Amino acid sequence: MKKFLAMVLALAMVLAIGSAAFADDAFKLGGTGPLTGGAAIYGNAAKNGAEIAAEEINALGGIQIELKYEDDTHDAEKAINAYNTLKDWGMQISLGSVTSKPCEATSAETFEDRIFALTPSASSVAVVEGKDNMFQMCFTDPNQGSLSAQYIVDKGLASKVAVIWKNDDVYSKGIYETFMAKAAELGLEVVSDTTFNDGNATDFSVQIADAQSNSAELVFLPMYYDAASLILTQAAKIGYAPKYFGVDGMDGILSLEGFDTALAEGVILLTPFNADSADEKTASFVAKYQEKFGEIPNQFAADGYDCVYAYYQALTNANATPDMDAAALCDLMIQQFTSMTFNGLTGNNVTWDTAGAVSKSPKGMVIQNGAYVGLD
Amino acid sequence: MAFLSFLISGISLGSIYAIIALGYTMVYGIAKMLNFAHGDVIMVGAYICFYATSRFQLPPLVGILLAVVVCTILGIVIERLAYKPLRAAPVLAVLITAIGMSYFLQNAALLLWSSNPKVFPPVVPTGKISLFGGQLTISYVTVVAILCCIVIMLALTWFTSKTKMGKAMRACSEDKGASQLMGINVNGTISLTFAIGSGLAAIAGVLLCSAYPTLVPTTGAMPGIKAFTAAVFGGIGSIPGAFVGGILLGIIEIFAKAYISTQLSDPIVFAVLIIVLLVRPAGLLGKQIREKV
Repeated sequence: MKKFLAMVLALAMVLAIGSAAFADDAFKLGGTGPLTGGAAIYGNAAKNGAEIAAEEINALGGIQIELKYEDDTHDAEKAINAYNTLKDWGMQISLGSVTSKPCEATSAETFEDRIFALTPSASSVAVVEGKDNMFQMCFTDPNQGSLSAQYIVDKGLASKVAVIWKNDDVYSKGIYETFMAKAAELGLEVVSDTTFNDGNATDFSVQIADAQSNSAELVFLPMYYDAASLILTQAAKIGYAPKYFGVDGMDGILSLEGFDTALAEGVILLTPFNADSADEKTASFVAKYQEKFGEIPNQFAADGYDCVYAYYQALTNANATPDMDAAALCDLMIQQFTSMTFNGLTGNNVTWDTAGAVSKSPKGMVIQNGAYVGLD
Repeated sequence: MAFLSFLISGISLGSIYAIIALGYTMVYGIAKMLNFAHGDVIMVGAYICFYATSRFQLPPLVGILLAVVVCTILGIVIERLAYKPLRAAPVLAVLITAIGMSYFLQNAALLLWSSNPKVFPPVVPTGKISLFGGQLTISYVTVVAILCCIVIMLALTWFTSKTKMGKAMRACSEDKGASQLMGINVNGTISLTFAIGSGLAAIAGVLLCSAYPTLVPTTGAMPGIKAFTAAVFGGIGSIPGAFVGGILLGIIEIFAKAYISTQLSDPIVFAVLIIVLLVRPAGLLGKQIREKV
């Protein structure tokens, strides 16, 4: 019996060394995101997208990437714990966190620890502000707000708009603030400005009545699609049918189970990714994603995928090797990301400024017959 | 006219709070414990009804009945496994267990049904009553919710004051030890209370999701807390109090949003609650009990 136990232990040790040896020739890429909890749809999408990219890259045989995601349940404190777990594991480069609040917490840590981080989707300004080694793959919130106002004016969609936003959410608030500033600058009249929060995100009758009584032609909804679906339903109930304009959080409304997509007919949104695009790279990604995870990827999945490929490009250009430590890689990556141009699923000719914010052009989409159709 | 339509919105929202609050107050009134998992039992009820009607295409009434049966059983199981072993433990321990149970149910729902939101199919006929040439509309869900509240309220009042089981419940709430000496099966009575409370939760879940149709594993959490507030507001333990508290809370919330600020509606709701509790510590319809020192 003792002999058997010794053999098992010896075998375990050999295996442990074996896997450690493997890890030595791969870059350790870690990220945190909500894999469970209310925001799990985003975390899992980003993780799944990143996994596909890592598999593709590893199959090429060149640079090897070992990807590890830890659950942060969209909670800042848990994100720090998850980050520490990743650090113990030996993370060399990071994917930050998927959602804004946790990423604000982990980005402070990566900055302190000199670990380079590229978040797929944490879009608040505070995530990158004052941190030279923190970059974003998604638009910052202010960007989305001002681009939306610009788009509404440029396309002559409406002259009187209403805004309903969520005041306990940095994402929604960030977009709202820059939308308002840009609207004032462009002479777009905001006739109704109402809010809600987590505690009262069920009844929107007051907000809708306010927009309606001030005869808003367009309602701007800087929020995630679960709340937006309630607004669409309740407005339809009282027979109010303005144009609706959403941002990237609106992406996903069509895959909402049981949702009457006729309600979303004509909803316009700005998003960098369109799963129905005829583009070859997108089509192959969508097919792989569907095969592996059984659903159509959303923008978060595409962002996760692009992050890993952006790393691949940067690591290749910099001739980085997996034996470098995190701090050395951090300097190389800062150099690469501020100078390179990246082509991915979420945009062509993507560049980053020294602050870490991305520059890419958003695509206007409109929902027609239950599908996203490109506007331009 | 705007005032009346806001009033109706307020009553609609309030009727949902009221029906959840009835379950809270029922369990508190008898078992003297705050069942914080109540909101999550509501969510389970809504999911059961969702799957029954939209996946298995069962008629809505069967869906509701199924939800009531499953929730009643769930309520009894929760009580047996989590609360019964703590019967002699301090109140705080039971409270924390209830919070733990709430998290457990939410996360179990996440595993079972995933976090993707689902849109609840209309179980109550969609439609509305139009008044004043269509300027005012009251949806059927609101009417049904208020009727349900009144029926449940009357039935519970009758049950606790007239039936033998109901009298046993009131006896347990006054003094468990003395009731046991009088030959009342205290454990059975408390289990029955949970069964009734959880059955009510299923009905509340169906109505909540019929009125506001987005269903996620955290659907019950926030309305549960609001309804708890409503129950305290009306006087926890008092059955008519839960009804009055729920309706008033809904109206105050909508009016605060409509006439003061959408940003400040929650602070205003809770400020009103604080003021009421300062003036009437037992809530609007609660019994004022003088403690002997």
